[in-house]
Amino acid sequence: METECELFDCGHRACGGCGAALASRLILKAAGPETIIASATGCMEVFSTPYPETAWKVPWIHSLFENNSAVASGIEASLKRQGRKEKVIAIGGDGSTFDIGVLCLSGAFERGHDFTYVCYDNEAYMNTGIQRSGATPYDASTTTSPAGKCSMGNPRPKKDLPAILAAHGAPYVATASIAYPMDVVKKIEKAINTPGPCYVQLHAPCCTGWGFEGEKTIAIGKLAIETGLWVNYEMEDGVVTRVKKVVRKPVEEYLQEQKRFRHLFKPKRNDAEIAKIQAMADRNAAKYGIDIKLKEPKESKG
Amino acid sequence: MKQKIAIMEGSHAVAEAVKYCRPQVIAAYPITPQTHIVEALAEMVANCELDCEYITVESEFSALSACLGASAAGSRTYSATTSQGLALMFEVCFNVAGMRLPIVMTIANRALGAPLSIWNDQQDSISLRDSGWMQVYAEDNQEATDLHYLAYRVSENHKVLLPSFVCFDGFILSHTYEPVEMLSQEQVDSYLPAFKPFQRLDAADPISFGMYATPDYYLEFRYETDQAMKRAGKVFGEAGREFGELFGRDYSAPVEGYHLDDADTALVAMGSICGTVKDAIDEMRAAGEKVGLLKIRCFRPFPSEEVRKALSGVSRVAVLDKNISLGAKGAVALEVKDALYGSQIPVLDYIIGLGGRDVRKKDIATVVSLARAGKGDLFYGLRTELI
Repeated sequence: METECELFDCGHRACGGCGAALASRLILKAAGPETIIASATGCMEVFSTPYPETAWKVPWIHSLFENNSAVASGIEASLKRQGRKEKVIAIGGDGSTFDIGVLCLSGAFERGHDFTYVCYDNEAYMNTGIQRSGATPYDASTTTSPAGKCSMGNPRPKKDLPAILAAHGAPYVATASIAYPMDVVKKIEKAINTPGPCYVQLHAPCCTGWGFEGEKTIAIGKLAIETGLWVNYEMEDGVVTRVKKVVRKPVEEYLQEQKRFRHLFKPKRNDAEIAKIQAMADRNAAKYGIDIKLKEPKESKG
Repeated sequence: MKQKIAIMEGSHAVAEAVKYCRPQVIAAYPITPQTHIVEALAEMVANCELDCEYITVESEFSALSACLGASAAGSRTYSATTSQGLALMFEVCFNVAGMRLPIVMTIANRALGAPLSIWNDQQDSISLRDSGWMQVYAEDNQEATDLHYLAYRVSENHKVLLPSFVCFDGFILSHTYEPVEMLSQEQVDSYLPAFKPFQRLDAADPISFGMYATPDYYLEFRYETDQAMKRAGKVFGEAGREFGELFGRDYSAPVEGYHLDDADTALVAMGSICGTVKDAIDEMRAAGEKVGLLKIRCFRPFPSEEVRKALSGVSRVAVLDKNISLGAKGAVALEVKDALYGSQIPVLDYIIGLGGRDVRKKDIATVVSLARAGKGDLFYGLRTELI
């Protein structure tokens, strides 16, 4: 994947093994130099732009936590008025995208601005110290949804934001995972080359927030896909057109690798809760049709 | 220079002035009493009289956020709002100023809830006094239109690069028909050149806007912005003088005296109330009372020197504040006291006209009597039966 020209430069301050840092690199690899980025407040913004240093070799702007879609709307209108051709990408974490910025996001999509919104979804407010967001999965322990004597962690499943944006009439909505870099690049390219507001949600495992070693980021990302807890798909004009199929593994293979789910296994394995999460994966599998059916071994004829 | 005179609603006059400023991007959200401005601009765009991108955002918060993006990408940008809308923009206002983006925004001044009030006072813009936006206040619709040309000139000056509020009183001016001498497009073009951004988002020259600053850097950013605000006063004076030379209306002074020279009592006020005060002064003068007015046109940057100079000869100052910093005083009085510190001139504050309460000539005369009696620092015209 390395090329002579990285538009997201080295030397930034992300943790070793940061999924969001890889997301930045892949987004720019797909987008190329004729791109303007509007970033929301969050980990990515903070680790990449401590004044007077910046990791961004394309024009980049950060305004606030919740307004990157509105800022991107203005940039797009401004470029249009000036007859300029740069592509506009808004980037935000899941806290910014799912929660505090959803008003601006909805408005920008409804108005049909020609821009791409990329959410790097690390499933909690990581910049402020791992608090739950609307993207935090069921039962994940965070600092504001801690597992305890009478709590199994986050009590709600993840918000289905791609469906909400597809319902706005977005021509292209996709999910992807940084564990599959070529797929990310392909989907970002498709989004920026599709006229109108497009949305790409990138699963970006966070070693610090989820509790795993930094060298396992890709492996964890793959397990999310392989267990059916994260589904990679594309929606065109509101219809699911492509889905990544897998030979599914049990969800506990994903869960037991992460400290945020440790309470499901220690001090005592909680079969009932694990079964609920398995049921979520099963529903995902049925909804998107991700299961690869292995052929039954043929009977030997003697 | 010849100008056409038209009887126009204040909002429509402002909209026409904005059109002549050739904004490239407008983003606005409707709110009473600002609506007639943004409706008029939308109509101009719909009829190809104004060639700009008009973004009908879903909130005031997004209105100013979209302006921020548009301005950073190098376009002249405009919005208008008031009251709750401005309050919703609070966070973005500080951001725009910190990024030194020269956005101009009309404020049709209105009270802030609760209780809900759609009527005029100046609490909304005053509450943003620390945000880094210049603030000018119009006495009438002529001034309201002209101040837009000045605001763009000063904001976009590379010595300044700060956003501006052009404030005019909601309903009292925004919905009132008055004769206005309107400049032509050619006249405005001769005064206001095309926007030349100091920096912009541009793939040909990539830069990062809005980075975060550690304690090693933040203080200097604030200092530089404050310095720019101080330079803005001088730039405004020059732009106002040039406007006067070209079009006959001189806005070079950040404050204006009316019968101040021999006055023993000076009223200090901002906005449309100044018209009422001038009429009241004419009547008081006819009765032999030595009363004058200091009108504050420019509230940010605050012209302390000019205020001190203008008020140096009076025996007492009565400030009419259409706002209140609850638990302290009106914002204008606080500034005037600061400007007169050490002078021994008493400054009495009158919180007046909040939430659209009428202020008439007789009220001004009563305020002067109260000031002469040394009674001040009060809410004027309270209906005591309600308290």
